Amino acid sequence: MSRRGFLALAGAGAGVAGGVALVGCDDASAGDAVDAADAVDVVAFHGAHQAGIATPAQDRLHMAAFDVTTDDRDELIGLLRAWTDAAAAMSEGRDVGEFGSMDGPYLAPPEDTGEAYGLRPSRLTITFGFGPGLFRDAEGNDRFGLADRRPAALRDLPHFPADALDPNRSGGDLCVQACADDPQVAVHAIRNLARIGFGTASVRWSQLGFGRTSSTSDAQVTPRNLFGFKDGTANVKAEHDELLDEFVWVAPTDDPAAAWLAGGSYLVARRINMHIETWDRTSLQEQEAVIGRDKRAGAPLSGGDEFASPDFDMTGAGGTAIIPPSAHVRVAHPAQNGGTHILRRGYNFADGTTGLGRLDAGLFFIAFTRDPDRHFIPLQTNLARHDALNEYIQHTGSALFAVPPGIEPGSFVGQQLFDR
Amino acid sequence: MSVPVLSAGLPGPRASASHHERLGPVLLASRPRRLATCGLAAATVLLVAACTSNDSSTEAGALRVSSTADTCEVSASEAPSGNVVFEVTNDGTEVTEFYLLADDGLRIIGEVENIGPGITRNLVVQAAPGSYVTACKPGMVGDGIRSPFTVTDSGTAIASSDVAQLLATATEQYRLYVRDQVAQLATKTEAFADLYRSGDDDGARALYADARTHWERIEPVAESFGDLDPRLDLREADLEAGQAWTGWHAIEKDLWPPAEGYLSLDDAERTELADRLVADTDDLSARIQDITFDATQLGNGAKELLDEVATGKVTGEEEIWSHTDLWDFQANVDGARIAFEALRPALETKDAELADTLADRFAALQVVLDEHRDGDGFVLYSALTADEVATLADAVDALSEPLANLTAAVVL
Repeated sequence: MSRRGFLALAGAGAGVAGGVALVGCDDASAGDAVDAADAVDVVAFHGAHQAGIATPAQDRLHMAAFDVTTDDRDELIGLLRAWTDAAAAMSEGRDVGEFGSMDGPYLAPPEDTGEAYGLRPSRLTITFGFGPGLFRDAEGNDRFGLADRRPAALRDLPHFPADALDPNRSGGDLCVQACADDPQVAVHAIRNLARIGFGTASVRWSQLGFGRTSSTSDAQVTPRNLFGFKDGTANVKAEHDELLDEFVWVAPTDDPAAAWLAGGSYLVARRINMHIETWDRTSLQEQEAVIGRDKRAGAPLSGGDEFASPDFDMTGAGGTAIIPPSAHVRVAHPAQNGGTHILRRGYNFADGTTGLGRLDAGLFFIAFTRDPDRHFIPLQTNLARHDALNEYIQHTGSALFAVPPGIEPGSFVGQQLFDR
Repeated sequence: MSVPVLSAGLPGPRASASHHERLGPVLLASRPRRLATCGLAAATVLLVAACTSNDSSTEAGALRVSSTADTCEVSASEAPSGNVVFEVTNDGTEVTEFYLLADDGLRIIGEVENIGPGITRNLVVQAAPGSYVTACKPGMVGDGIRSPFTVTDSGTAIASSDVAQLLATATEQYRLYVRDQVAQLATKTEAFADLYRSGDDDGARALYADARTHWERIEPVAESFGDLDPRLDLREADLEAGQAWTGWHAIEKDLWPPAEGYLSLDDAERTELADRLVADTDDLSARIQDITFDATQLGNGAKELLDEVATGKVTGEEEIWSHTDLWDFQANVDGARIAFEALRPALETKDAELADTLADRFAALQVVLDEHRDGDGFVLYSALTADEVATLADAVDALSEPLANLTAAVVL
């Protein structure tokens, strides 16, 4: 049975509990109320582009990368088909499988693990990506007959200055980004997909995130990162179709060998540890100089409000630039990077503490880009070279995936890649 | 049970992402999923009303200052002695500055500069009773728009104002220290380069950590030369594709080569690296001769040295081939302690408790570090246990946290 079905049944009894809060609202029937609540809580799984890219960023993340353990093309396709079906169900707030979490044979383990039973759909989005290893494994083998369709830009990112990458937090043949407003819903999604994958794909790394660190819609407030600053103000947002077409969605002509990727994108994941403790000991003046923004409102140091364009030519005391040359906002700004925009969709993370009693925390950076070679790599090279923030961060994980286009009902994710 | 009336003017998307508003949906998740959207909003509002927000708006007692092209309005013309907070908003269209001046109109008690249009920034000063002058300087030119300002006696003890002389002595002491260190660095670097160039690897290895000590003691000063620092001190991981690797760590790797996959440098390559190291160090030495410091640089420099320890040395990332991280560790601490000792007389007059804390924590850190001494130097980082590293890290953090307040304490 679906989580949704449970709701409708529970509605009549739960009316009392909700009654007080509903004073002043339309006197909707229980069933209607549920539908109305779910409607704002569900992000469409099917469409021209995968959900979880240009759809509004949710508050929580669980992302996993997988190594494909089979060499059998049909098994791989079977996995993608099963994942697609499960993802579609979970996105709508339904259980995985025919019988779900409670209604299957009594002597069998439930198909759905059940911890999301009774929870709202929570705007869950599940976004799939294909890593370089799917096309050619580490030994150079073309396991699945896909090598001639590998997008040219899909390869391990280059070493950037000061990278300290952990192989156990990097790479992967497949990825799944699950975002939701309820962390349990996001974890449930990855858990159930990993379960489906046993025997075909094994989890290489996974990452929990909280507190989205960017807005992907004009309707969202720019959140703060763990440095306490608003970040990603100049992000590409869903309302800006022309920027999405130019900087996010792969066009059919971009890479003739990989025409299957049209309407998709590339997902860049970077685990960026922050030296939280040393940052916290830094004066407010220094913090603002490093970021180039005022901490309170997020305005560029050249003035105005958060969304004011930074005036990089404005000078302050002693004739020096009021936004310092190495300030993050300057080095990362499209104006300093040949007009490059990126769609950021990252999350804060705090994975407990290190053996030295410090937070193992930072930013799990996720960006979607039309062409990593033209957009992300030059930008990150520039940042690694010049950004004052480098004093307080360390990149510890890295991965790049090609994100197939949206999924139509009845098809599976990336089907265009496998069709001959 | 009273029920809050649901206002018709509820914001749809939440107006801010403050911590407590997020609590709303989280708590609701524990209820059966029965609530319609409007019920959800009502409960959220209830929670918001019951909580204070995380907004760090003006603290009580702050004076508001509005700076425009031709006005400098201060919300009151007097304040009680102690910490006086001016919340300065630039309501004009040009960059502005705000000053609190002594009654002679010349001596600066405190200032905030580079306030862009629309931006608000606080000036916090410790002001003793007396007469002062406030000034805004829109466009950063001229004498500014001035008004008299009075600090009344609140009974709060304020440090005497002879700190300026103490700070001048401190910065001069530190300048001489830096010059001495760079001179020793240049001498030992040359000796090290000779040994390395001539193939005396044992001799070079023996001098490596000792010579670098003088670099590490003044690291924030050396790093302030953005062109020299990467040429002299870049680690392999910091390289970008195609970048030539020079300096201490390139030689370090050649002297302590990895077991596999490394091709030792030939004589010509060694000579080139050694010559470059000497030339760049001489360049550094020449540039440092003319440098002067202010108290802020001393305090921040001390803090940055401990940051270096925290992020590089205590983790063993600085000397990944020689494992002589503890020499660098000691040198960073030396440099920070010198800056602290120079500032200490001024700090004693302004915050004696902080001075005591810092002295205690420097001593405590030294005790932990001394446990790893071996002959003239230290044991290798690779010989430390995880527990020993954790103990060192704790001692570093214990010092770093109060040390970060040194600058504000002496300059405020």
